[in-house]
Amino acid sequence: MLRTWRQRITLTDIVVWAIGVAIGAVIIIGTIATLRSGKYSANTWLDLTVKGLALGGVYALIAMGYTLVYGILRMINFAHSEVFMSGPFTAVFLANALSRSGFMDRQPLIGMLLVLALSIAVSMTIAVLLERIAYRPLRHAPRLVPLITAIGASFFLQYVFRGLYGSGFQAYAIPKVLQGSITIGGLRIFNTQIAVILGALGMMFALYAIVQWTKTGKAMRAVSEDKEAAALMGIDVDRIISLTFALGGISAGAAGILYALLFPVVNFIMGFIPGLKAFTAAVLGGIGNVPGAFLGAMILGLIESIGPNLFLDGLGVPTPSQLKDAIAFTILVFILIFRPTGILGERMAQSKA
Amino acid sequence: MALLEVENIHSYYGNIHALKGVSLSVDKGEIVTLIGGNGAGKSTTLRTITGIMKPHEGHVRLEGNDLAPFKPHEIVYKGVAMVPEGRRIFARLSVAENLEMGAYTLTNKSKLNQNMERVYKLFPRLKERRSQVAGTLSGGEQQMLATGRALMADPTVLLMDEPSMGLAPVLVELIFDTIQQINKEGTTILLVEQNALMALSIAHRGYVLQTGEIVISDTAENLKQNVTVQKAYLGME
Ligand SMILES: Nc1ncnc2c1ncn2[C@@H]1O[C@H](COP(=O)(O)OP(=O)(O)OP(=O)(O)O)[C@@H](O)[C@H]1O
Ligand SMILES: [Mg+2]
Repeated sequence: MLRTWRQRITLTDIVVWAIGVAIGAVIIIGTIATLRSGKYSANTWLDLTVKGLALGGVYALIAMGYTLVYGILRMINFAHSEVFMSGPFTAVFLANALSRSGFMDRQPLIGMLLVLALSIAVSMTIAVLLERIAYRPLRHAPRLVPLITAIGASFFLQYVFRGLYGSGFQAYAIPKVLQGSITIGGLRIFNTQIAVILGALGMMFALYAIVQWTKTGKAMRAVSEDKEAAALMGIDVDRIISLTFALGGISAGAAGILYALLFPVVNFIMGFIPGLKAFTAAVLGGIGNVPGAFLGAMILGLIESIGPNLFLDGLGVPTPSQLKDAIAFTILVFILIFRPTGILGERMAQSKA
Repeated sequence: MALLEVENIHSYYGNIHALKGVSLSVDKGEIVTLIGGNGAGKSTTLRTITGIMKPHEGHVRLEGNDLAPFKPHEIVYKGVAMVPEGRRIFARLSVAENLEMGAYTLTNKSKLNQNMERVYKLFPRLKERRSQVAGTLSGGEQQMLATGRALMADPTVLLMDEPSMGLAPVLVELIFDTIQQINKEGTTILLVEQNALMALSIAHRGYVLQTGEIVISDTAENLKQNVTVQKAYLGME
């Protein structure tokens, strides 16, 4: 037992483990140094936590698209970042028009719902068309083929939207009611952060309820396990796959509006980084697993927000927050190496066997 | 007119010619069995009836209507249910959710509950396990679930692919009793079996399939007496 284990260790394993241990050491030493320096107050940490939760909520909604589609087709929809971009990039025009005309200030709730609805409708339509046109004809092709198609579709969508709306950044007018902040016990929380956290939680719960408790949701899970057996139950597999893409699109469209509340500029390339981060979150939680995507996204949001200051500041890194993306993608690489099934992925793999 | 009629079908896997002109018919209220050795094409016949495979030639008709233009899920809505080979239950869904999927074509919720009660009465074990994840059921329990699931839709025709496979003799008895019982309640059954003796003991008629062709067709009584059948499928010398 021990011998076979020893024989299986290669030089690469040793190097990978060594890097892992080194990173772990940096994190621990950095954290201790940061905390001992006492440079940041408790409020700063809380502030970063709130930021992390808001960010995590947005990632969670985007991650749903990756995880639902993976669950049902075993494919990574790399064009999902563009599904995410298409909604808010379209809705920004409505949002700004409503702001300019003063409607947004007079009827903020209706105005915001209209903007949200438009974003959701666009993202959903793009997601459904993407599946229908680009992926469905390739359903029985080798797995690499739809993956390449997805990357192609991703560029196609980026440049279509660039062509439609231009390559510049569009400032997103935040409704007056959401400007400003509240202060609880010295902790300042922005209204937009509250809206994002509540919005994301509400959306996540609704999605979970749909997948878990509705007839369509159960059919989605059945199709994800065995398409042929599902068809023998009378389930229209193509329709369920379309609906899955629609759900992913809906949550991406909603995520887009929430994201724009946190970072109020949109452009045709805005999907790339959040899309990749949400993918990281989905893998971290265990891709294909809905609660896993939520958990992974929250963890990633928190690490990204708190991590740079906590891990790196004590080591004397000058502007640690600029390294947040590096931290996020280091996580992706290391989960893929050490735990490709993600946090909650194991259970799925087991019951599939 | 037969309820289910298979006329001269030819089915292929790539260039493997698996069915070479199979014809059979099942009348309303009958139990018909299709027996044959490994690789004879029994499962392929059932898969062609359900529309999962489309025949290159020939026709499948239900109550006289050609099923060719319909997709598998649409054929289910016409009243054809199947207990597939190897059970194919949804391992990550609960027992109750599996049964609900079996009733996917029903729109009436109280009908669904009524059918679920009927399945639970047939298989009390499933009732005990209803919230358990189906993948953790024993093999026999999974077979009960696959059978129960197919009954949930109130099928007019039930296709069963080796329901006795891998089951202990007591369970085989139970499954075959159940088949007879649901047949008495009005479901027409096409039963594929390796266990020819059991199948012929409950069937009205039978067909023997050999390398993609029907070689014998007769009443169950006569098939049991048939020397070729006795030698090849009943293990008698
Ligand atoms: N997916 C497939 N691809 C290629 N050939 C197949 C496939 N499935 C079945 N076949 C072939 O078609 C023929 C008929 O197979 P089928 O599964 O219908 O046999 P069967 O009578 O059900 O056998 P068994 O009793 O072993 O289940 C066999 O020769 C088999 O090898
Ligand atoms: Mg078979």
